[in-house]
Parts: sequence; C-alpha cells; structure tokens
Amino acid sequence: MTSTLDETRDAARTAGLLDDVELAAVRADFPLLSRTLRGGRPLVYLDSGATSQKPEVVLDAEQDFYVQRNAAVHRGAHQLAEEATEAFEDARDRVASFVGVSPGELVWTSNATAGINLVAYAMSNASLGRGGSAAERFALRAGDEIVVTEAEHHANLVPWQELAARTGATLRWLGLDDDGRIRADELDTVVTDRTKVLAFTHASNVTGAITPVARFVARAREVGALTVLDACQSVPHLPVDLHALGVDFAAFSGHKMLGPTGVGALYGRRELLEAMPPVTTGGSMVEVVTMETTTYAPPPQRFEAGTQMVSQAVGMGAAASYLAELGMDAVAAHEAHLTGLLLDAVASVPGVRVIGPTDTADRLATVAFVVDGVHAHDVGQVLDDAGVAVRVGHHCAQPLHRRFGVAATARATAAVYTTDEEIAVFREALAGVRAFFGLTDGSGA
Amino acid sequence: MSTGSMEQLYQQVILDHAKFPHGRGLGVAAADLRTGESHQVNPTCGDEVTLQVDLDDAGVVRDVRWEGQGCSISQASVSVLHDLVVDHDLNAVDDLADTFRALMQSRGAGLDDDAEEKLGDAAAFTGVGKYSARVKCALLGWVALTDALIKTGATRTPEDS
Repeated sequence: MTSTLDETRDAARTAGLLDDVELAAVRADFPLLSRTLRGGRPLVYLDSGATSQKPEVVLDAEQDFYVQRNAAVHRGAHQLAEEATEAFEDARDRVASFVGVSPGELVWTSNATAGINLVAYAMSNASLGRGGSAAERFALRAGDEIVVTEAEHHANLVPWQELAARTGATLRWLGLDDDGRIRADELDTVVTDRTKVLAFTHASNVTGAITPVARFVARAREVGALTVLDACQSVPHLPVDLHALGVDFAAFSGHKMLGPTGVGALYGRRELLEAMPPVTTGGSMVEVVTMETTTYAPPPQRFEAGTQMVSQAVGMGAAASYLAELGMDAVAAHEAHLTGLLLDAVASVPGVRVIGPTDTADRLATVAFVVDGVHAHDVGQVLDDAGVAVRVGHHCAQPLHRRFGVAATARATAAVYTTDEEIAVFREALAGVRAFFGLTDGSGA
Repeated sequence: MSTGSMEQLYQQVILDHAKFPHGRGLGVAAADLRTGESHQVNPTCGDEVTLQVDLDDAGVVRDVRWEGQGCSISQASVSVLHDLVVDHDLNAVDDLADTFRALMQSRGAGLDDDAEEKLGDAAAFTGVGKYSARVKCALLGWVALTDALIKTGATRTPEDS
C-alpha cells in the first residue's frame, strides 16, 4: 500500500495537488468548517458524501440573487425579469460546461433522485403512447428488461423497480465482487437484446468504487439500450465529461458538489430530450394551450414545469465555477491523496474492516467500514464525541449492505477541503472505539 | 479521549444489557395466553426488532420475547423493557411506556425521583435524550411492544380514579 500511496502522491504533485497554503485558503472559503462542537471540539467533517459544506461564493450568489435580481424567470418584460433569467440561464451554462455538455441538454431538477425519476416516468409515459412515434424508443413492455447493479443508491434502484412494475418489464442486475466492484464481467450475460435501460452508478456512495463507464456504455450500445448514470458521487470529486463518457442520461445533485440543497441536474443527450415526453406538466413548459390540448416547449424547459428553484440553481452555478477554478484535476489529486490516508487509517486499527476496495486505484475518498463487535451507530457516536462527523447506517444502499452480510456501516468521506490532520484525528478516535465498548484487540466479540 | 459525555450516554447498565440481553429468542406461548407480535424497523439505520408479548386473561404480561439487531442503545433498551414489563398489567405497562417516552423527551434532564425509580434500569437511558438521533434507537422496542399489545386484541380496563 505504501508504494501505491507514494505513487498517488507523486501523481498528485504532477497534477497540481493543493499545497498547505492553498488548502488553508480553500478552508477559509467555508465558514462552517471553523465552528466548534460540544465541548469546544473542532469539527472534523468526514460526511461530505452525504452533503458537502458550502463556500462563501455559493452563499453569496444565492443571497445576491435575492438582494439584487429576484424576479420570475422566463416571463415578464421588465429589467429585473431579464436579469433574473440571465442569472438562471448563466448558472445552467456553468453547470453544463462543468460536466462537458450543452446548456440545452441540462434540465434543472429538485435533486438527483428527481432527475432519475424524471427519466423513469418519461419512459412510463412513452409506454402509454405519450410522445407518439418519436418516443417509441422509450417505451417498455413485458419481455423488455431494465438492468441496474447491486451497488445502487436506492435513488437509482427503486424508480426502476417501479417502472418495471408499471410496464411489465423485468428488472435484472449486475452483482458485486468481494471488493464491492460491479461485476462488469456479467455485462455480456445480463445485458442482452432485451435490455432497454442500463442504469448504474459512476461511483458507489458506499464502497467508493469507480465504475468503468466506457465498458458499460459499449455493451449498452451493442444491444441498443439507453444508459442512465448516477453521477452524484463522481461530479463533485472527479473531472467528469459526460459527452466523452457517452452516456445517454446522467443525474447529479447540487448539494454534494458544494452547492445548495433543493437543486440538481439531469443531463440528457439532446436528441433524446427532444423525443422524450414530459413528466410534470403545467406552467412554463408549454407552447400553445387550448382547452382541449397542449403543445410542449422544447427541452430543457419541457421538463421544468412550474416555478423553478432559481436561487439554488444560481448557487449551484457558483459551486460549479468554484470547483472549475480550483481545477477538478487538482481536486481529484488532493482527494486521491486523502483516499490513501483514509484507507491507511482504517487499516491501522485492529478489528476494523473496509467494505469496498482496499487499494487506492479507481476509487473515491469514500471509505465504509465495520468495527467488529460494535454497531455502526455506536461507532459514529464515539467518533462524534471526538468531533468527527461520519455517516452511519445503510447509506440508502440496503442491497449492497445485504450483499456483504451487514445491516449498517460507518462511512468516512473526504472532500476538497479535508486535511491530513483531520484524518489523523479520525484515526485516533477510531482506535479508541473498541476499547470504549470493552473489546480488546483480537476478541471480535 | 472522551469528554465524559460518552460515559454518561453509555452507562454500564446499557453496555451490560447490550452484551448479555434478556428475553432474547422468539417462541410459542402456552395455549391459554394471547400473543401479539410486532416487527419494527428504524429505516434510517436498518435496526430492527421482532417482539412477542403474551397476555393472560387478567391482562397481565406473562412474557416478552424478542429478536433483533442494531446498536447497543436499541438492543439494550429492548432487554431492559423485557425486565420491566413482565408480570405487570396493561395499565402499568402503558404507564411505563409513557414514562419512558417522557424520559426520552427530557433532553437528558431526566424525570423526578418517583418516575426514575419506576423505570429502574431504564432510567440509565436518560443521557440518550440529549442525542435526538438516538432517541429512536431507544424507543424501537417500546414501539414494538405497543404494537404487539394492540395485536393481542386486548382492551384496557378503565383506570381507577
């Protein structure tokens, strides 16, 4: 592991790893990181996989929108309406460019879950004949198959279970190997001519394992299946170019990438969005409405019914610019360095086992672990007492946990603002957990 | 390492019950008893408990049996519940459940001496009330008990007044 870590560090340096001064400057951008907790302890925030903290530029962008520009977007002829619309669409440009797509391919959603549901319900509507012959490619019927993976967050599993139930299609899935990586070797047998959708995560929110997207896309194309990528965990931590990845749809959220809650984005290949029937209908997404019938606006507006989350979108745009300015190569390099530290920390404590890959290759700084004899909740409580915030539970991925025979894990996740010192505090606190519960090294209990 | 608040939360009584739980293991009651069973899950963490309660004709709890998996707080709480409610009638059990809920809502302040004496080992859970995320853990078994009692079909006799 040491040599791997050194290699990671070398790679990080050449890629422009943040030095101490730069990292201190980044941290200074996040007001919350300097607060203290019960007993005056400094906060060690290792729960960015659940939600990230927000830099001042994001908070300012939202505030500035309300203080300076607030008005209804895409309607009204007054100056404020123009400025509000510009801010809203400028944010779309920033987020689209951040993930390598055109603004016309980026639909605002309330979160990533809503984005995935939007695709699933559009397919449902197409299956009922909505959208006409152009939407036939989205229609599902008995005999068709939807393929997901055992690694999925419930957000990229339950909508497909429901779609299968509504259309009579069959849900199938790719399993996981013992490292928690998706069994890409099963692609050829599970993804077949019957497969209409292949929905998979870019990076697991539990194991941190990064999916070899190209292989999945290639197989989906061979059989003519649409690909839907859950990019929630990848977009905040890696350079992501959705056009280069070649997926048909991708969903990600604002709040995990330093942006506000209440906003996310759905990417859809332009040609597909144009053919896709709407889901939520009403104001703002129409062209001509009569008492009998309605024609719909072109995408992305076709999928943005009702008043939008404008200030949050503006905040998400600011977050994308902030990350772009840091440079996603530098962010990824810094986090790759932290991945090594996190894995070392967990490996150094007896009786602690990682659920996921234990080497630093092709994984994020997301490390889920089990402490023998101590439930994840109790682990989290003792870490909290040292000021260390980790996630405990099933992380909305019950099937993955079941695959590994555990009900819950504790999970430490790093982000661009995480420091080596924080991981040292985590390591020390983790080392005390089993002793606190009266377990000695090697006893297992 | 600890600020002392961990020792307050994880009282020795709780750790002991978690390690050596009472009443564990489901089964079948004698034919003259009415059994209610309830399965409860804490969806945020996946903790779960299946609890069976046996009532006799006089409305007295004859036994509580349970299976479950979860954190030390949730498991110890069911174990303590088992010790508390067996041999009490429905009104007394309702009173215990209400008192325990009140303890959880006290934000760590605790209850008066009478109430805490009534709760016995369960008074050790006082510190849990300070951690709102953990209150659900401590209540999991009590929610199962309430539901299981309803499933016995038993009705309460009016309180003496």
